[in-house]
Amino acid sequence: MAKGKIPPEFLVERDDYKCVRCLACVRLCSYGANYYDENAKRVYTENRKCVGCHFCEAMCPTEAITVMRNPFEIKPLAHWTSEHLIDIMKQAETGGVLLTSMGNDRPYFSYFDRIVLNASQVTNPSIDPLREPMEVRTYLGRKQMKLDLEEDEEGRVLLKTEIAPQLKLEVPVMFSAMSYGSISLNAMLSLAEAAKTVGTYFNTGEGGLPKELKRYGSNMIVQVASGRFGVNVDYLNAGSAVEIKIGQGAKPGIGGHLPGEKVTEAISETRMIPVGTDALSPAPHHDIYSIEDLRQLIYAIKEATRYEKPVGVKIAAVHNVAPIAAGMVRAGADYIVIDGIRGGTGAAPKVTRDHVGIPIEFAVAVVDQRLREEGIRHMASVVVAGGIRNSADVIKAIALGADAVYIGTAALVALGCHLCQRCYLGKCNWGIATQDPKLTKRLNPEIGARRLVNLLRAWEHEIKEILGGMGINAIESLRGNRDMLRGVGLHEYELKLLGIKPAGEAW
Amino acid sequence: MIGVRKILIREEYCMGCKLCEINCVAAQVGTENLIKIFRYVPELPEPKVIVEEHDYITFALQCRNCYDASCLKACMTGAMHRDPRTGAITVNEEKCVGCWMCVMVCPFGVVKRNVKKKKVASKCDLCAERGSPACVEGCPNEALVLIEVRE
Repeated sequence: MAKGKIPPEFLVERDDYKCVRCLACVRLCSYGANYYDENAKRVYTENRKCVGCHFCEAMCPTEAITVMRNPFEIKPLAHWTSEHLIDIMKQAETGGVLLTSMGNDRPYFSYFDRIVLNASQVTNPSIDPLREPMEVRTYLGRKQMKLDLEEDEEGRVLLKTEIAPQLKLEVPVMFSAMSYGSISLNAMLSLAEAAKTVGTYFNTGEGGLPKELKRYGSNMIVQVASGRFGVNVDYLNAGSAVEIKIGQGAKPGIGGHLPGEKVTEAISETRMIPVGTDALSPAPHHDIYSIEDLRQLIYAIKEATRYEKPVGVKIAAVHNVAPIAAGMVRAGADYIVIDGIRGGTGAAPKVTRDHVGIPIEFAVAVVDQRLREEGIRHMASVVVAGGIRNSADVIKAIALGADAVYIGTAALVALGCHLCQRCYLGKCNWGIATQDPKLTKRLNPEIGARRLVNLLRAWEHEIKEILGGMGINAIESLRGNRDMLRGVGLHEYELKLLGIKPAGEAW
Repeated sequence: MIGVRKILIREEYCMGCKLCEINCVAAQVGTENLIKIFRYVPELPEPKVIVEEHDYITFALQCRNCYDASCLKACMTGAMHRDPRTGAITVNEEKCVGCWMCVMVCPFGVVKRNVKKKKVASKCDLCAERGSPACVEGCPNEALVLIEVRE
């Protein structure tokens, strides 16, 4: 048969009248899509090479470039969409697993968008956050069931109970685990500096700790994943907490894969693997085959860190998430992270990313419910990750039972990411998901940190504003407060699982 | 002592887009509208900032306004002088006779010739008329920053 050509995904339209031939687009495209024709004295684009990252569009000084989706449609079929057909063509050509990056882009129902928030009217006063104090500080870690107090000879009241180590968050938003290797050092430095300025945490991911980040220890969570890259006792003690990663929302049930092209000298040093070799994380931790094994690892880490740091466990939201979470808490996790189906990644098989896992809204609701029913909710904090887009999502997640949220994609978007989903190629034009020195220098960590701080501050203001409207003056009072939520257009069983009432129903 | 304004080059953030060069040309022509310049200005001036490139190392270089400037010493007519207001070294075209000694002595190679007019053509004056340098303003990654140095 004749082999069909796969049509380009994007069209780069260039207004030739506006083009001043500065050739910035030609110089900057890491995919080599733009080129200059000396004879014609014009800039052209090879549309086939364009990934739709919009970097040239952003850099063009005269706004001559428009990157748009190719309206190409093989035939407007509802079931067999162009995307499905093109995927089949690619696989018929290559015989391989389709790789992709970032979060799930399937049009799954967004429950966050079907939940509305409450506000105070007449019977209870709302609060103006600009005039009255508003508390959004959050502590993550094991809490005591009760506090024992004692009085000394002079009648002063002293705390007798020993408080477990806690993470102090000035905003209930942290930067989720993105490893050195999957993202550039400049991207990590931006996250670290922003976390330090705002008073929250960033996560090293599974790629070990580059020496440039050591000074951010007080705002850092170090991750231990199945590959155990760069894990040693100094690494475990370098941060403020240790997180054991069992699963990731984008790819539940499978391990990680950092392509050899991204393993440069510096990456090989932190990961402790040879230059240019693929960094493969196994699907399971080979020392964790049960909850008892998880307990052993948690306590091994607690021993190694002298019980001074909280130890968390991160899993992907899957069907059995509530009992698993309860097991993790009983195994000794000080905080647990639930990563929903929309969680992002640097590289994952498309089929896994798009079809495995459950939406985070359900996961957090059932986990919170289960932990409360078992009377162990205080034993661990719940952190929610996967597709948190704005402060409203943060508020809804917290009202559904989370203590704090992780943001990954939102943070990268603040750094310039346009979700072209090509992180796995390591040629990120924005200097984020790449190790090419020509590209990484495009991300100035000073600008990056500034933008991330702005984002967190903006969300903080909005959270305070909404809390004030609800008549609440502390984020503590919102946690698991599902009375503040109402569902619009949801089925009865969905409302039951989410633990919320339909819109229109009073208390 | 007066504060001297200097452009700080941060090689580690320069991505080599050369937009500084474009913005420099625009500032010399005196308009912000790049399309108009490209379309309707017959002879475009040379940019006074040049992006040096080698592999992934790129940086934009313009006059460093040296403390102990060779070009000032080499100039026989006094055309090359330090602007007392901004501290930047500026060329007075009326006095310039086109001996190009300044071009010869400049250790950075940032003084350019104007062959047609037989004058010194390109000498960054930190956009004295404009206020703040166009290359700094237009740099998308803050690889050029304006700093004030106290001597």
